Amino acid sequence: MALTFRGGAHPPEGKALSEDKPLERLPLSKEIIIPLSQHIGKPANPLVKKGDEVKTGQVLAEADGFISAPVHSSVTGKVTKIAKGPTPSGYPKEAILIKPSEEEEKEFFDPLDPDSVEPEQIIERVQKAGLVGQGGAAFPTSVKLSPPKGKEIDWLIINGAECEPYLTRDYRMMIEEPDAVVAGLKLLMKAVGVKKGGVGIETNKPKAIEAMTEAVKNVENVEVYPLKTKYPQGAEKMLIKAITGKEVPPGKLPLDVGAVVQNVGTARAVYRAVKEGEPPYEVALTVTGGGIKEPKNLYVRVGTPIKDVIEFCGGLTDDAERVIVGGPMMGVAQYDLGAPVLKATSGILALTKKEAAKSAETPCLRCGKCVDVCPVNLLPTRLALLSRRERFEDAEDVGVMTCMECGTCVYVCPANIPLVHWIRLGKQEVAALQRKRRAAS
Amino acid sequence: MAKATTNIPEGVELRISSSPHVRSGQSTSKAMWTVAAAIAPTAALGVYFFGVYQLAVIATCVAFALLAEATAKAMRKQKPTLLDGSAALTGLLLALVLPPNVSLVFAALGSVFGIVVGKEIFGGLGYNIFNPALVGRAFLQAAFPSAMTTWTMPDLTPDAMTSATPLALSKFGDQAAKAGIDFGAMFFGNIGGCIGETSALAIIVGGVALVALGVVNWRIPVSIILGVVVFGGLFNLIDPATYPNPIFHLLGGGLLFGAFFMASDWVTSPLTASALWIYGLAIALLVVVIRLFGGLPEGVMYAILIMNAVAPMLNRFTRPKLFGEAKKA
Ligand code: SF4
Ligand code: SF4
Repeated sequence: MALTFRGGAHPPEGKALSEDKPLERLPLSKEIIIPLSQHIGKPANPLVKKGDEVKTGQVLAEADGFISAPVHSSVTGKVTKIAKGPTPSGYPKEAILIKPSEEEEKEFFDPLDPDSVEPEQIIERVQKAGLVGQGGAAFPTSVKLSPPKGKEIDWLIINGAECEPYLTRDYRMMIEEPDAVVAGLKLLMKAVGVKKGGVGIETNKPKAIEAMTEAVKNVENVEVYPLKTKYPQGAEKMLIKAITGKEVPPGKLPLDVGAVVQNVGTARAVYRAVKEGEPPYEVALTVTGGGIKEPKNLYVRVGTPIKDVIEFCGGLTDDAERVIVGGPMMGVAQYDLGAPVLKATSGILALTKKEAAKSAETPCLRCGKCVDVCPVNLLPTRLALLSRRERFEDAEDVGVMTCMECGTCVYVCPANIPLVHWIRLGKQEVAALQRKRRAAS
Repeated sequence: MAKATTNIPEGVELRISSSPHVRSGQSTSKAMWTVAAAIAPTAALGVYFFGVYQLAVIATCVAFALLAEATAKAMRKQKPTLLDGSAALTGLLLALVLPPNVSLVFAALGSVFGIVVGKEIFGGLGYNIFNPALVGRAFLQAAFPSAMTTWTMPDLTPDAMTSATPLALSKFGDQAAKAGIDFGAMFFGNIGGCIGETSALAIIVGGVALVALGVVNWRIPVSIILGVVVFGGLFNLIDPATYPNPIFHLLGGGLLFGAFFMASDWVTSPLTASALWIYGLAIALLVVVIRLFGGLPEGVMYAILIMNAVAPMLNRFTRPKLFGEAKKA
């Protein structure tokens, strides 16, 4: 039996649209937009100014503090402007605008030998290269690799679950470059000093399981773990539970149960950063959904406007109704397709009216389906009600901050209540309350 | 949603909304119609065994339930909700727990009372505490007790006449009558009882389908059936001469109908897994106790109504431990 967790749901996978399309590259855009903040934490400080010539891989802005990450140029060209620009999160942010030139020149770090490199060197390289977690939160990778003193870490887990429907870019990387992913895993294990490595992959990706199993065959203490195909199997907490049997307590990090989780793309990028000295100037993503004429898997230069990527995939169909950055369960709907692809972007999804269809909202029927599926055992209907009634302290008491916003509860709700919308509001209010309390004490 | 979209190709209109962006396609009305479809075989058998008049009873209950709901919504100036199927379902459920050949006046009265007092007074679907169909049934039982306990044997039995149900026989009849109870007939439906309570087979088929489709939470029927077998069995073990075999409890009266179609009502049953178990087992215990020691031959209706009232409290006391929260030893 494949490993898994309690709860969850199984939305239609939608992966057939793109799973057999090899990763390819698209021509350079006329304008590249590189936001200074592509991660959780402080924005980077710009080192260039308008009119500067920059090379591919050159540092454009340096990290500001521990929880921050530098950004690099994804093209060779000229800085045309530093100004507020659109981002996929919907909030405009300071960005460096670059006009690419015909000739490409690369300015990478010095290559290091993956076999003899020291743990500190790996962490330093990861930090300098500005690697961030892919998908969702975009936490600087180097921070995750530097656990506080005294924390025993025994597991380094690569998240190959790719549980979001439609997305197939991790899948493609695992079957096209399994050795690079495993080499990255080995570097990550060395950096953190852990003995056990694991790759978790959902059973709906037999080819990836096969390729990765082959790639880890001669690697000691590393195993591939087939996981049940169930959303949100790729959520860090669910993945750790399935593979190690441990549960990360509310308000705690994977570190607290001795595990570090990294994405497939991060493992590959760590390997390239060490071996080739390459900063993440391009990112693998899936462009798909019924609203995209020709779904593809692509390596896209960071900063490429979404509209150019969509155009390369044949454009939107007439019945496309929603464009989403990320997957259909947790992605963000876009209103400005001029926003750029970021380091942490995992996919661009265009859903048709039919795919995004939902029936009218009715009062809660108390059917308990949301309770049944919530992987962290919350009562979503109650949390949403408390938020709606502005009873935020009560919401805090029943664990609102534990919600991962995975959306499984909304997916199954027959009353079509936007539970996550309300819970998110509750979380923001509770976070504000907690800040106030901390300031007061 | 008010934000203007930009950089969008011509001819395409984008919508913004919060995640998730896909749904399971479940809806209130779909669920209601699915339940109605699952009950259809039971209703059909009721008509088959007791005669076409029962169709008129069903039609009356459904029509008056819809009428009552439409009127209530109009009076409170709310959007009509007839198409969500819930009122029609209430009517159907009520009809099936009425005695065969009941007067249509009573059928209509029960339906209106169930919808108005059982549901609309609380604010409509989702806010009610009690199963509306059972509220209607309880009202009729209280107002017209004798009409509610006049039982007809199915037309198919040679001497179709007013008779006691197997349950009433077991309670109030003599030993000889008890011995004559035929479990086979009880299973297929050729016995006296409410319109929709005669065929255990039809109820189980429909009920299992609802469980398989995820409309009915399996914990409810499983805990009730298990509870009845265990509690009924215990009494039977203590004194087999006085207390009937647990199979008799299972097949008798409205137990199965209640377990699959009444107690499982979304709105009036609890939310959490452990609360559902407590709810089901408590219903079973109440049924057995009322049947054996109460003044009534049947206890399913009251058992469910009592536990409906307790359900919100059960939710409060059974909040599950959060993922990773320290387990109490
Ligand atoms: S309450 Fe939060 S964690 Fe639970 S299912 Fe809903 S979104 Fe996911
Ligand atoms: S799934 Fe929807 S209708 Fe059912 S209890 Fe949760 S919020 Fe209410």
